[in-house]
Amino acid sequence: MGSLFKIAIRNLLRYKRRTLLTVSLITVGVVFVFVFVSISGSFKKMMISQITDSMLGHLQVHRKGYVASIETLPLNLNLKGDAINRLEKVLNEQPEIESYSPRVKFGGLFSNFAETSSIRLTAIYPEQEFKTVPLLPARVIEGNKDLKLGGILIPELLARGMKVKPGDTVVVVATNVDGSVNGKQFNVTGILESATGPGGRDGYIHIDDARELLRMDGKQISEYAIRLKDFGKLTIFSKKLEQRLAKELNKQGKPMFELHTWEKLSPFFNIARMIDLMTFFIKLMLVAIVLISIMNVMIMAVYERIREIGTIAAIGTLPGKILSIFVIEGFCMGMAGALIGNIAGIVLVYIINLLKISYNFGQQKGLILHANIYIIEILVISVTVIIVSVIASLQPAFKASRLEPIKALRHV
Amino acid sequence: MTLIKAENIHKDYQLGEVSIHALRGITIEITTASFVSVIGPSGSGKTTLLNLIGCLDKPTSGSLTVAGTDVVKLDRKQASLFRGANIGFIFQDFNLLPVLTVYENIEYPLLMVYKAPSKERKRRVISLIEAVDLVDQKNRFPDQLSGGQKQRVAIARALVTNPKVVLADEPTANLDHETAFAIINIMKRMQRELGTTFIFSTHDQKIVSAADIIYTLEDGKIKNIDAKEDKNG
Repeated sequence: MGSLFKIAIRNLLRYKRRTLLTVSLITVGVVFVFVFVSISGSFKKMMISQITDSMLGHLQVHRKGYVASIETLPLNLNLKGDAINRLEKVLNEQPEIESYSPRVKFGGLFSNFAETSSIRLTAIYPEQEFKTVPLLPARVIEGNKDLKLGGILIPELLARGMKVKPGDTVVVVATNVDGSVNGKQFNVTGILESATGPGGRDGYIHIDDARELLRMDGKQISEYAIRLKDFGKLTIFSKKLEQRLAKELNKQGKPMFELHTWEKLSPFFNIARMIDLMTFFIKLMLVAIVLISIMNVMIMAVYERIREIGTIAAIGTLPGKILSIFVIEGFCMGMAGALIGNIAGIVLVYIINLLKISYNFGQQKGLILHANIYIIEILVISVTVIIVSVIASLQPAFKASRLEPIKALRHV
Repeated sequence: MTLIKAENIHKDYQLGEVSIHALRGITIEITTASFVSVIGPSGSGKTTLLNLIGCLDKPTSGSLTVAGTDVVKLDRKQASLFRGANIGFIFQDFNLLPVLTVYENIEYPLLMVYKAPSKERKRRVISLIEAVDLVDQKNRFPDQLSGGQKQRVAIARALVTNPKVVLADEPTANLDHETAFAIINIMKRMQRELGTTFIFSTHDQKIVSAADIIYTLEDGKIKNIDAKEDKNG
């Protein structure tokens, strides 16, 4: 095998300029994909983290049928009594869960005594909520981050529109499950930056205040937001938890709960998918570059060396070995392109990070672009380039190996 | 002992709609350690005959046995293996691999075809480099050699696997007269020392005189066989 590599490498060096051009083309392709994957991957990770860590959580469990009606925030589909106990027992048994946060969600009217506007409220236990969505406190741009009984965190849009500031007294009016209306005074604890863009109308109150406002009999929960210790295990864990929850049946023998990952609850998942799709097409372009450039070079190489092929075939070199010589040439070019491309990509990503390029995402201004290097992506890009290089050289190599020595020797 | 036996060999080529009869009923018998020359004008069938003996091509009809093997029945892979084990080739244009040094060119068949162990390879290559007087050039590449030196490398490469027969198609055609004689003398010496059968085709009547047996071909037929009594003389 060593001799085959020696012959292949010397043959590549024989046409230095052509080899250099081909390797350069592959290198440029690898660098481009490398940098794109690093930046888009980091952006996607940041975006998902913003959505899950400041609002949604990694997973959510609801009463069966709740999500289908989630737009109306139906109080009649809240979890109650035994269902809450059973669900919390299941969640407490899962070692993969870092924390979970019970929430009551409802819509209401928000008044500053002069004007009234609609508001969507999430009632929480602050300590559990902040553990489950740790970026939520960071969204408080004005006022106090600690949400206590009688306090309310209101969205920036509402605060600005209704000229409300921390410390002000406001009233929230809501309709309870029976249809009767009740109101309660709150003290504005803080102003919240929206996680989803300028249209956000989500506020937070303490869950005990919600119970009072909605005149709830006993404990009721709209949803459980869950945070995992390892976000990478989301898919595996969600399947596991789904199977476990499927065993929890109501009196009619039907499942009590439904489980959704953040992907099914947020429209931002489609943006994440778009990023993945763009990455896929960029990788496809790299495949095309490698395929065409290597195949072109190898076809030329075979054509130029027909007499040499005839000679080695005449002196007894088996077709398999002739095929190997040319495949190894393609392999070496792919290997060199992948290696140099990855090194150049790492250097470029390092430079990008040094430049501290800033950008805006939704309401968040001046985020610093931090391009990450993903080892798995380096491996995927490298292996793809090498495999495609080998595939691209297979056809010319096969042609070389099938040449009749007598015809090849006569070639001029 | 008979090494090559050809009986009533015919070889036809189709060139477009024209059928060319390259060989018309050739029958020859060549013994071990012979030094055979095949002469004749262009188109007489010399190269075709050598290609058939070298298992590079198959006769249209007739039987051909080389080193006890019916080579007509060999498939592509078997023919490759047979050539690697039994036949050495010397080409008119030398056909050395340009990316390999003199040493590596000679070593190539042992490495790729014969799969000889490292020590054995080195011993055989060095011994042949010395035999063809290329010790000083062993690390040079073909483009750094003269025509005569290249052909000596080709001879060493053809002999390195100890083949039973070496086929040389016009080995001196691209060499000046003096170098051509030197090459023929090396081949003759190798034939004596190693007991290898050499069959070479040539136009050059002066070179032919070195042969023990001379087959003269004309229009694909043997016109004349001229055998010397003392084949080592």
